[in-house]
Amino acid sequence: MGWFVRRLAQSLVMLWVVVSLVFLSIHFVPGDPAELLLAQDGGSPDPLMVQMLREQLGLDRPLPEQYSHNVMGILRGDLGASMVDGSSVGQEVMRRLPRTLELIAAAGILSLLIGIPAGVLSALRPRGRFSRGAAVVAGTAQSMPVFVLGTLLVVLFAQVLGWLPAGGFVPFSRDPGKHLQLLVLPAATIAIGLSAIVFRITRTSMLDVLPLDFIRTARAKGVPARRVIIRHALRNALMPVITVFALQLGGLLAGTVLVETVFNWPGLSGMLVAGVNARDYPVVTGVLVVVSAFYIGLNLLVDIIYGITDPRVRK
Amino acid sequence: MKQAFQSPSGILLALILAIAFIGPLLPLADPLAMDVAARFGGPSAAHPLGQDEYGRDLLSRLVHALRSAILISGGAAMISAVIGVSVGVVAGYVRGFSEALSMRVMDVILCFPPLLLVMLAATLYGAGPSTLVPVLALVFVPSFTRVAHASVMTVRGQDYVDATRLMGASATRIIFRTILPNIVGPLFVQFSFVVVMSVILESGLSFLGLGVLPPQPSLGMMIGTARSTFAQEPWLLLAPCLSLIVLVLVLNAFCDHLRQLFDPRRESGA
Repeated sequence: MGWFVRRLAQSLVMLWVVVSLVFLSIHFVPGDPAELLLAQDGGSPDPLMVQMLREQLGLDRPLPEQYSHNVMGILRGDLGASMVDGSSVGQEVMRRLPRTLELIAAAGILSLLIGIPAGVLSALRPRGRFSRGAAVVAGTAQSMPVFVLGTLLVVLFAQVLGWLPAGGFVPFSRDPGKHLQLLVLPAATIAIGLSAIVFRITRTSMLDVLPLDFIRTARAKGVPARRVIIRHALRNALMPVITVFALQLGGLLAGTVLVETVFNWPGLSGMLVAGVNARDYPVVTGVLVVVSAFYIGLNLLVDIIYGITDPRVRK
Repeated sequence: MKQAFQSPSGILLALILAIAFIGPLLPLADPLAMDVAARFGGPSAAHPLGQDEYGRDLLSRLVHALRSAILISGGAAMISAVIGVSVGVVAGYVRGFSEALSMRVMDVILCFPPLLLVMLAATLYGAGPSTLVPVLALVFVPSFTRVAHASVMTVRGQDYVDATRLMGASATRIIFRTILPNIVGPLFVQFSFVVVMSVILESGLSFLGLGVLPPQPSLGMMIGTARSTFAQEPWLLLAPCLSLIVLVLVLNAFCDHLRQLFDPRRESGA
């Protein structure tokens, strides 16, 4: 029990550090942050505007007060207001986050469906033709920057073949068919790179498990080959796959930015990129805090699952 | 080092480096010179790969983009390596409080997804290479620190380190002359890996318009702008895509090659 509490406390400390650093980041900037945010192309900004922005961001108040106001706000789910139109950052994040999560979930499922069977097959005959072919494909897939892959898929399936729409978004409730059609390409773009990783880990892990004694025992007592592979070997080989997969998912929250941009998918990224371009500081930090919290939470979850299944981790 | 380049991937990498650094010295067209009358001009004697939407020479832009990708990524990786390795070696050699502190700081940097950290910096300081290089460097410091730290931990207990210390060598001498040469292998592997990651991050940010600023050419940005004109001029999109894929593939292959060179026990492809 002590281990879980310690691990949880560790995550909370990490979260607190992230929030504090994001809050402080604006104060690391040399000079007046409000002036810097308003500076466009080297021209010095209107002093009145600077004063207004300073009040809006609370920069005119003492630092400890700013800090406590900011952190308490985050604890209440209040991420501040956009500098551009004054809309609530928290509400906008909540509106867009499900779309990003949907994309990641679809891509995740797809990559497991491709990666695990491919990894198992490849481990059964590590020097076979399939194995060597799959290794080359996986290597290439991992070398493709995700926005290049997405762009090429759009070119091929939308522009040359005309099978799928190039991008956009329709809510599921309005037109489920169209919604799924629009989901295919962006989900596939993410899934291709991800399934290459799942494939490699599954293969390596299966190769570690297959020569072990309990597999030989299972075979010796006459368990059918298919059952040995799936129920005995794969079950024991899946642990590292789950770990790496979960960590990759956390990274994907940020990685989808590029894919969402390629396909005009209105998730967190559109908000983030617009925020960076407009130098809308509260929007960028809001998204950053939410994504980092997810990332830390996912890490915690993986560790806890690990701790439950393998007590040796809890040293 | 010589062995590192005596492989297919090493030769290809040398070739790419030659194109990127000797190319701009050749009498190519100015990558920034516009010729609006010749928008989307096809291949000609003066412009072997044709011209882009402002009539700029595609070949010359590709070569310059390749060079800036390598300079930015290599530069960031270099800065990152110097800082990260110094911290890691000191932490691993001195141990105690400095070790605990520096490793915790690295944990904190690792909490932030790299892409988002660069975007935060772009919001505060404005986009462009002068923001990009330091932030990329910062993002990759922890990876160097961890590798250096772990390597020092294994090397420091070896008899030859103890022997050097018994001969009365100073800590500086032990670190630079005894430990560093023995941990260079994994660090090289890490360096090549970080260069690959930086190339991918830089091109992605330039694609979003947050990396290299126009009119300077960058592969990511060229891909981003050519997407809308694919129907008219497909080559404008495919050429930078291909260049980027080849660059990353070759760097990855080189990375794998280095890994095998320094750690022959590891099975390839696994």
